[in-house]
Amino acid sequence: MSAQDTLLYLDGVSVSFDGFRALNSLSLVIEPGEMRAIIGPNGAGKTTMMDVITGKTRPDTGTILFEGRTDLTSLREPAIANLGIGRKFQRPTVFEMHTVWDNLELSLKAPRRPLKTLTYSATKEDRARIEEILDITRLSPRRDRPAGSLSHGEKQWLEIGMLLAQDPKLLLVDEPVAGMTDAETEQTAHLLKDIAGKHSVIVVEHDMVFVRELGVKVTVLHEGSVLAEGSLDSVSANKQVIDVYLGR
Amino acid sequence: MLTRFFLMGLDKKAGVLLTVLAVLAVAVPVMALGTAPDSPWHLSTHTVALLGKYLCFALLALSLDLVWGFVGILSLGHAAFFTLGGYAMGMYLMRQIGSRGVYGNADLPDFMVFLNWTELPWYWHGFDQFWFAAIMVMVVPGLLAFAFGWFAFRSRVTGVYLSIITQALTFALMLAFFRNDMGFGGNNGLTDFKEILGFDIQAASTRVGLFVATVVALAIGYILASAVVASKLGKVLIAVRDAESRVRFLGYETDRYKLFAWTLSACMAGVAGALYVPQVGIINPSEFSPASSIEAVIWVAVGGRGTLAGPVLGAVLVNFGKSYFTAALPELWLFALGGLFVLVTLFLPKGILGLAAQLRERLPARATVTAKPADQKGV
Ligand SMILES: Nc1ncnc2c1ncn2[C@@H]1O[C@H](COP(=O)(O)OP(=O)(O)OP(=O)(O)O)[C@@H](O)[C@H]1O
Ligand SMILES: [Mg+2]
Repeated sequence: MSAQDTLLYLDGVSVSFDGFRALNSLSLVIEPGEMRAIIGPNGAGKTTMMDVITGKTRPDTGTILFEGRTDLTSLREPAIANLGIGRKFQRPTVFEMHTVWDNLELSLKAPRRPLKTLTYSATKEDRARIEEILDITRLSPRRDRPAGSLSHGEKQWLEIGMLLAQDPKLLLVDEPVAGMTDAETEQTAHLLKDIAGKHSVIVVEHDMVFVRELGVKVTVLHEGSVLAEGSLDSVSANKQVIDVYLGR
Repeated sequence: MLTRFFLMGLDKKAGVLLTVLAVLAVAVPVMALGTAPDSPWHLSTHTVALLGKYLCFALLALSLDLVWGFVGILSLGHAAFFTLGGYAMGMYLMRQIGSRGVYGNADLPDFMVFLNWTELPWYWHGFDQFWFAAIMVMVVPGLLAFAFGWFAFRSRVTGVYLSIITQALTFALMLAFFRNDMGFGGNNGLTDFKEILGFDIQAASTRVGLFVATVVALAIGYILASAVVASKLGKVLIAVRDAESRVRFLGYETDRYKLFAWTLSACMAGVAGALYVPQVGIINPSEFSPASSIEAVIWVAVGGRGTLAGPVLGAVLVNFGKSYFTAALPELWLFALGGLFVLVTLFLPKGILGLAAQLRERLPARATVTAKPADQKGV
């Protein structure tokens, strides 16, 4: 298939840290509107993959194209974010000193240049959108609390809310349900499925119940490259996958 | 629109501070000019200049708080911007001396005649005009800060390394300005000023005028800084301070935000320096010394980093203490200052204003604690 019609196109991407190959000729294609789950053992390179897509880490070799034309490997993080790629981190990172509301307002899709933010004041639509996201993430009662005072699970939700506020074309979500209760996990799965209608999503997760709940195509990473790809059932039946990951 | 922008940052703290400044702007002129010299209410010209000096330092502390308190850039070289602003004003004051210098040269300041220079260096041109000097007071420190910040922030120098190169910057400037051939009067600096805008610089009324100008500059600086900090840009700055890389992933070019705050802060420091020079009557390279910048950091820490009003208070209190100590026990001042810094870092991490806030929080908390058992009794 040609790179033109894809949303995200990784081909032969490699990254080494002091001789250790975290990504080893990784190739991956995400279609517009697709939701993809990525699984794999600790150290498989899942987070590093997100790092190279978002510009945090520069790949040593390989091609990364967004929307079939924009080469991400030469762009800096803010430029990549402004193309429409949003990210939730494995360890939830919110602005602890700011209120929940301000965290969302900072994330909200709006001009990012200093002189624009200096004179910014929230429009009615902006406030309505933030209210909406507060409802979706169930953080309404916490809106005026500093984000640092939230529980771990609430921070996870706030970070997902920040992603929603950004309204990116592609969402990279790293371990969204770590530290959540079963009920919260299920809610998160519903939330992500809702989002997937309008956006493309890549979710990294170890929680198999959660991955099953998502019910989407799964890619198994191992030692920095793709080991298997397909439905959860088919990759679960794969002998190699059982050996390196599921069987342990 | 513009008024709303400037008003949005004003809280209770700002109300108190601006009221105090307004009172000073009225009371000091009345006490200095409207009372008999033997009245207990009389303020001497010396005292007026001293108060003016404190307020210049307060403006410097405010500018430092903008970058240290809100962006997390611990500048150990902020006195450089202050001093450059001071030199720009000093150059204007030198040109006003005209032929009244020792050598009576109408075009060249004395130190240039002494060095056998025959014409004014190109960079001294324009400084005979007040408006030009007034612009340069902000432009020179601003441009230097912009260039410095451009390279430092782009190459992502942060933390201790950034602090060290700010210190190196002010140190390098000090060495450069010590050289006679730089054309800034070498280690003597610029002094023996006669007039500012045609007014005798020694006259009590001129000193009062300079004091009021300083009060106004500090008030404007405070209102501006509050507005910036309260804006969405200010929220981005705080986010940069706490988690810079996260801000980049939201699509903000954090370098530009840092550059904005850094340059604005340098311009404010330049204005502070420009008001300082006519009130103390001299500017020389020792103002660039690393110790001056470190003292400014102490004022901010003592008053309360990240509170804007705190650093203003800190600068005035510490310098008041300094005036007292250097008169009474000169050899002890540095120890007192060092001790104060250690005490504040250990016991008052949020400075005086932080302590005040803590006390205020604790009082109602105690009230609710005592209220609870009473409720239970009622049940
Ligand atoms: N900046 C770095 N410097 C050195 N090594 C790194 C760096 N980032 C990642 N690594 C290494 O690369 C490998 C892949 O790490 P990565 O975080 O991508 O794994 P992961 O699949 O996300 O694992 P987990 O499931 O534990 O989150 C690991 O061995 C890690 O130690
Ligand atoms: Mg990971």
